[in-house]
Amino acid sequence: MLKNVPLSAVIGLFITASYFLAAIFASVISPYGMAETVGDVWEPSRIGYMLGLMPEGTPRPEYWLGTDQIGRDLLTRMIYGGQTTIFIATAATILSFVTGSVLGFLAAVTGGWFDQLMSRFVDLMMAIPSLILALVILSSIEATVLTLIVLMGLLDSTRVYRLARAVAVDISVMDYVEAARLRGEKLAWIIFREILPNALSPLVAEMGLRFIFMVLFISTLSFLGIGVQPPLADWGGIVKENKDGINFGIGAALYPALAIATLAISVNLVADWVLNRTTSLKGGRG
Amino acid sequence: MTDPLVKVRGLRIGATVYPPGEKPHDIEIVHGVDFDLMPGKVLGLIGESGAGKSTIGLASMAYGRGGVKITGGEVWVNGRDILKASLGDVRKLRGGEVTYVSQSAAASFNPAKQIMEQVTEAAISQGKFGKKEAEDRAVSLFRKLGLPGPDTIGKRYPHQVSGGQLQRCMTALALCPEPDLVVFDEPTTALDVTTQIDVLAAIKDAIRDTGVAALYITHDLAVVAQVSDNIMVLRMGDMVEYGPTDQIINHPQEDYTKALVSVRSIDHPEKAPAGEPVLKCEHITARYKGTSFDVLHDVTVALYPGQTLAVVGESGSGKSTLARVITGLLPPRQGKIVFDGRELTPDQPSRPIEDLRELQMIYQMADTAMNPRQTVGTIIGRPLEFYFGLKGAEKQKRIQELLDEIELGDGFQDRYPAELSGGQKQRVCIARALAAKPKLIICDEVTSALDPLVADGILKLLLNLQASENVAYLFITHDLATVRAIADSIAVMYQGRVQRYGTKTDVLSPPFDDYTDLLLSSVPEMKLGWLEDVLANRKMESAGN
Repeated sequence: MLKNVPLSAVIGLFITASYFLAAIFASVISPYGMAETVGDVWEPSRIGYMLGLMPEGTPRPEYWLGTDQIGRDLLTRMIYGGQTTIFIATAATILSFVTGSVLGFLAAVTGGWFDQLMSRFVDLMMAIPSLILALVILSSIEATVLTLIVLMGLLDSTRVYRLARAVAVDISVMDYVEAARLRGEKLAWIIFREILPNALSPLVAEMGLRFIFMVLFISTLSFLGIGVQPPLADWGGIVKENKDGINFGIGAALYPALAIATLAISVNLVADWVLNRTTSLKGGRG
Repeated sequence: MTDPLVKVRGLRIGATVYPPGEKPHDIEIVHGVDFDLMPGKVLGLIGESGAGKSTIGLASMAYGRGGVKITGGEVWVNGRDILKASLGDVRKLRGGEVTYVSQSAAASFNPAKQIMEQVTEAAISQGKFGKKEAEDRAVSLFRKLGLPGPDTIGKRYPHQVSGGQLQRCMTALALCPEPDLVVFDEPTTALDVTTQIDVLAAIKDAIRDTGVAALYITHDLAVVAQVSDNIMVLRMGDMVEYGPTDQIINHPQEDYTKALVSVRSIDHPEKAPAGEPVLKCEHITARYKGTSFDVLHDVTVALYPGQTLAVVGESGSGKSTLARVITGLLPPRQGKIVFDGRELTPDQPSRPIEDLRELQMIYQMADTAMNPRQTVGTIIGRPLEFYFGLKGAEKQKRIQELLDEIELGDGFQDRYPAELSGGQKQRVCIARALAAKPKLIICDEVTSALDPLVADGILKLLLNLQASENVAYLFITHDLATVRAIADSIAVMYQGRVQRYGTKTDVLSPPFDDYTDLLLSSVPEMKLGWLEDVLANRKMESAGN
C-alpha cells in the first residue's frame, strides 16, 4: 500500500506522526518534568553549539534547546506544549466538524425554516470576527482546557456548517437521494449513508486546514494570555513567555513558531494526498 | 477524377486513462481507420458511445479533445497532411477550411454575446470576409436554414431562441466562413423528435446548396441515412463496415451492422385491459411551487396489473411531472390518485410504507440514481433490509437471485457503480426496484441515455420481468420506437394535456389528431428518402418553429 504514496505525503505523514507521537508520549520522552526548573535563565542551546554558532572555547551546553526565561528545559516545555496545543486543536476540530457537518447536512436535507434559521444564525456569527468573540467570551468565563475546546469548536463549526451545507445541497438533489426518500428512508440514513460518504472528500480537505487554524487560534489566545494558563505549557504560551529574549538575541520564542509551521505544512501534505485518493474527479490528479 | 478533399490513412488515436487505485496508463481508442471524402459529399460516422466517432471527427481538424492524442497515421485535407502542419497552418484550417457543429448548441454559444457576433466571428478573424460581407452572408444562411426573421435574429442572444433554432444558428456559424468541410457532431441528438426533423432538413438543404462536404456523426442510423452519401460503421475504434448509404441500410454485410439496422424490432402484442386498474389518475391538475401556470391539466389515465402504459411526449409536455405527482413528490392541486383500489395521500412523507414499497421508480440516468459510494450489494440489499427485514445469509441469497434475474450473475455484489457499464448500471437500478416486490414501477426515460443495442437488451429484460413478476410499468418516454416495443396502452401528452389515450393499436392507427400525426411521422425511419416524404405530408408545424 505504501508503494503508491507520493513522496510529499510520506514526508507529511512522518512529520505529523512524529508530532502526535511526541505529544502522546510526552511524559516518557521528556528529559525533565514539565514545570521543573533545571538551570539558569536562557541558557544557550546545544544544537547551536554543534552547528558552530557560538564563539570558540564556550563550554558545551547541557540542554538541547537551552532553557527558558525561568530556567526550565525548553525541549521539555516544547514537548509538553505540543501535547496541550495538539490535544486542544484536535478535540476542537473534531467538535467543530461533528456539529458543523451534522447541522449543515440537516439544513440541506430538510430545507425550509430550519435551514433559514440555522443559516441566518451562522451568518450572524460569522459577521463577528471569531477572535474578538472569543476574547469577549473568555473575559467572562474561566479558561480551562475544556472551555477552550468547546468555545473554539463551536466558533469554528460555523465555517464547517457553511461548507457542509453547500456540498450537501448539491448532493441532496441527486436521483439516488430522491430514490432513498421515495423508499421511505429516515433522515439519519439519508444523512449518514447517502450524503456523508459523498461529501467526505471536501470535508477531509477542509479538516486539514481547519486543524491548523485551530493550532493558530489556540496559540493566539495563549499568546494574549487568555488561553492555556501557566504552569501548563503550550506553544503560544512559550512564545509569550520568551518573547523578551529576542531583544537579547535569544531564539527561544522562535522554536514554537517553527513547530507550528512544520506541523501546518505536513498536515496539509497529508490532507492533499487523502483528497487525491478519495476524489472521484477524472483526469490528471496524480 | 478529382482528388478527395479528406484522405485519412491508418489514423490511430490514444488517450491516457486514470483508473482509480492504479497508475495512469495510455490506451489506444482508435485503431487505424482509413477513409476518403470527396468534395461536396457527406460521410456518416455511426457507432455506439466509445466507438471513437467524435474523436475521428475532431481529428479531421487536427484536434484531440481532453487529453486525447493523435498517435499515428495521416489526415490529408486539401492535399496536405494536417497532422504534420505547423500550428499557424492548423489555425488557418480550423474555422476556415474545416468547421464544427457540436451536439449542444446551448452549451457552445456564449450567452453574453449576440448571435450575429458569434456566427461571423470565425469568418472575419480568418480574413475571409469583411464585417459587412460576413453579416450579409450570415443573414442569407439564416434564410436558407429556415430561421424565422432572418434579418433580425442575429441581434438576439442565445437564450432568446429555441433549442432547434440555436442548433440551426450553429450550422450557420459553421457555414459562414465558406469551409470545405463541416464536422457535424450529433447535431440533432439533444433535440425533440419533432424539432430534429426540421433541423435535419435544414442541414441537408444547406449542405446541398453550398456544396460543402460534411462528416456527420451520430448514433442513430435512421438519421444518418437521410443525409449521407456514404456511411462508416465504427465499433470500439475499429471500422466495421464502410459503403454507400443504400448498401449499409438495405444490404448490411457485417453482423454488427445488421444488429444496428434491425434494432427496436421487438414484437410485443398488446394485452387488453383486464381486472381492476392498479393505478388510476383522475383529473390531475398540478403546478410547481412559486409558478402561476399549470404543468398538468386534467390528466386522467389508468393502468392495469401486469401491463405497460406508455406516456409519450416532447420535453416540457408534463410527462415527468406526472411521475412526480404519482410518487407524491409534487402534490397535485386537483384530482386524486387511486393505487390498487385505495386512494394515495397527495404527499409522499405521509404515505404508509406499504404504498411506498409497492410503487417503485427507475430513473433515466443510472449514473446519478445510484450512490457512487455504495456497492451493488448494498444498493440492492437496502430495500430488502428496509422493507422485509432480511439480514445476513438470507439477504445475500436474495441479492444473488435478483442479480441472476437481471442477467448479471456472480461477482457483481462487491462492485461499485463506477465499475459497471451503462447497461449494467441500469440493470442494477431495475434490480433495486424489483427488490421491493412492487406492483407498479415508474420508468422515467430509462433507455434514453443508452446505446440502441443496450437499450434493446433493457427493454427485453423489462418485458421478461413483467411476464414473470406481473408488475405494471408506467413508461415515460419520448421515443416512439420504444413505445411500440413495450406498451399495452399509450397516453400522448402535449402541453400538459393528454392528447390521445387508449390501447396501443387504437392510438397508433389513423385517423390521427394533428399532434399525434406530427409526433408519429417525425420518428426517423430507416429508409432512403423518408425525410422528403414526411415534410411533404405534414399537417402541423413543430414546436421548434
